[in-house]
Amino acid sequence: MAEHILRQHPLDRPEYLRALEPSLPDIRLPDQTSRWHRLTAITPVRQVTLLLILAAAWQIYASALNNPLILPSFAQTAAAFWSGIFGGELLLRAWTSVELLLAGYAIALVLSVALTLLAVSSRLGADLLTLLTSMFNPLPAIALLPLALLWFGLGEKSLLFVLVHSVIWPLALNTYAGFRGVGETLRMTGHSFGLRGLRYAFAILFPAAFPSILTGLKIGWAFAWRTLIAAELVFGVSSGSGGLGWYIYENRNQLETANVFAGLLTVILIGLAVESLIFRVVERITVRRWGMYK
Amino acid sequence: MPAPATLLPQPLLKLTDVTIQYATDRQIVTAVQNVTFEVLRGDRFILLGPSGSGKSTLLKAIGGFFPPTRGTIAIDGQTVARPGPDRIMVFQEFDQLMPWRTVRGNIAFPLRENGASPTEATERADNLLTRVGLTKFAGHYPHQLSGGMKQRVAIARALALEPRILLMDEPFAALDAMTRRRMQEELLRLWDDLGFTLLFVTHSIEEAILLGSRILILSPHPGRVRGELNVPPHGRDRSADSRQFLERRIHSLLFDQAEPPVPEEAAHG
Repeated sequence: MAEHILRQHPLDRPEYLRALEPSLPDIRLPDQTSRWHRLTAITPVRQVTLLLILAAAWQIYASALNNPLILPSFAQTAAAFWSGIFGGELLLRAWTSVELLLAGYAIALVLSVALTLLAVSSRLGADLLTLLTSMFNPLPAIALLPLALLWFGLGEKSLLFVLVHSVIWPLALNTYAGFRGVGETLRMTGHSFGLRGLRYAFAILFPAAFPSILTGLKIGWAFAWRTLIAAELVFGVSSGSGGLGWYIYENRNQLETANVFAGLLTVILIGLAVESLIFRVVERITVRRWGMYK
Repeated sequence: MPAPATLLPQPLLKLTDVTIQYATDRQIVTAVQNVTFEVLRGDRFILLGPSGSGKSTLLKAIGGFFPPTRGTIAIDGQTVARPGPDRIMVFQEFDQLMPWRTVRGNIAFPLRENGASPTEATERADNLLTRVGLTKFAGHYPHQLSGGMKQRVAIARALALEPRILLMDEPFAALDAMTRRRMQEELLRLWDDLGFTLLFVTHSIEEAILLGSRILILSPHPGRVRGELNVPPHGRDRSADSRQFLERRIHSLLFDQAEPPVPEEAAHG
């Protein structure tokens, strides 16, 4: 009967003890990955390959179309880019834009840090930031351009104004969200070290919120670029030499389509360079090293 | 026989009629009610109670993170007003370390903030890292460590600051049983070596008896004092008879409404 068996003691088996047998040694495997595998494991290699394929497709399509006024080929664009950099004024125009961009970005950075500090230190400040970002973040910077022209006239100040507007809200929003996401334990730890006020904000809140801040910086950077190029296209030259947007606009008027493409290419290349040289490096030496990004 | 009060040394930490209440949207909740106790220098004082007895709330009030609703909390006669490095807290959560600083940096940073020179801070950090056996990991970042190692770093950081009292809020509760056992033994060894004052919150009777020199027992919600018991020095020997008796007394204080058993004679005095 099953019940009877269940009530029995377990079968009396002998105990035993053993001396530990030596463990098997770890064996190093010879490097079996092929050169091809190692090459394709590098992200930039794959990306550059994709780019080359896209460029080839462009070249083939443009050659078939054979209308450089509408679509110059990749080779024509590259040539225009080359001569623009080494003979023409492309480099100068690009620098004009980048200079303005950096100035606007820096101002927006300082302002959004001040705004978020205000927001974490008082409820009214938090209300202000929430209200301002929900009001102004959806407002396209270009829509403010007429107003900026009215206030600051035709010049760099107007461009700076719209630039700062385009960067400050996404940056402040992300920074503030990052601050609020800082764990209670870490906050209490900071306070028990005796940290207060600004010291606390810079030693605990900013680094702990850095993943969000970095996202804000990236979004802000992209917004700044778009805004600047668009603003230059709309109102063109500022104080003598225009920027990249103006370069694109001018060349379109003169039907130098290859130069238009070269201008666009420059915008793209600068964006790529900032993303892969600056943001990726910052990411690697901060949030990745700290294990905050997986 | 209890010693006359006048012969006892001045308490390091003194709570007098501490009541902590907090308001939710609908009502005012009492977390702890009329708690009075004294911690002496060198004590391993345990706050033991079931969950919901407000022991963590009490510890945070002692840490200075918020004031008690009524009553006073004083360290060396001074009322606690805000958090400070004289009452460092070790939490249960692993995210108490700053992920952007190395293990050494996590220990050295609060030292630097409190006036130590860079070399002094590094030296003290390395000294404590040796004591907790993490010298090899000084340059690692917290995310590269196991849970037990993170708690060791948190303890080392707290001890490096030489607080007047070390506050621990169930620091080993999130660890696996084997690691917890080792950490408890290490904590006792550190106490033997460095002689700090410990205030330790737990809901484990076993841990209380293993780590404590004196145990305060709190009732379920709201937390009220049920009693304060001494742990005989050999309480650390887990097989002792007296340990079982102590455990029974604590158990009845925690869970029974009836009078707890009283020792037949003061055999361990």
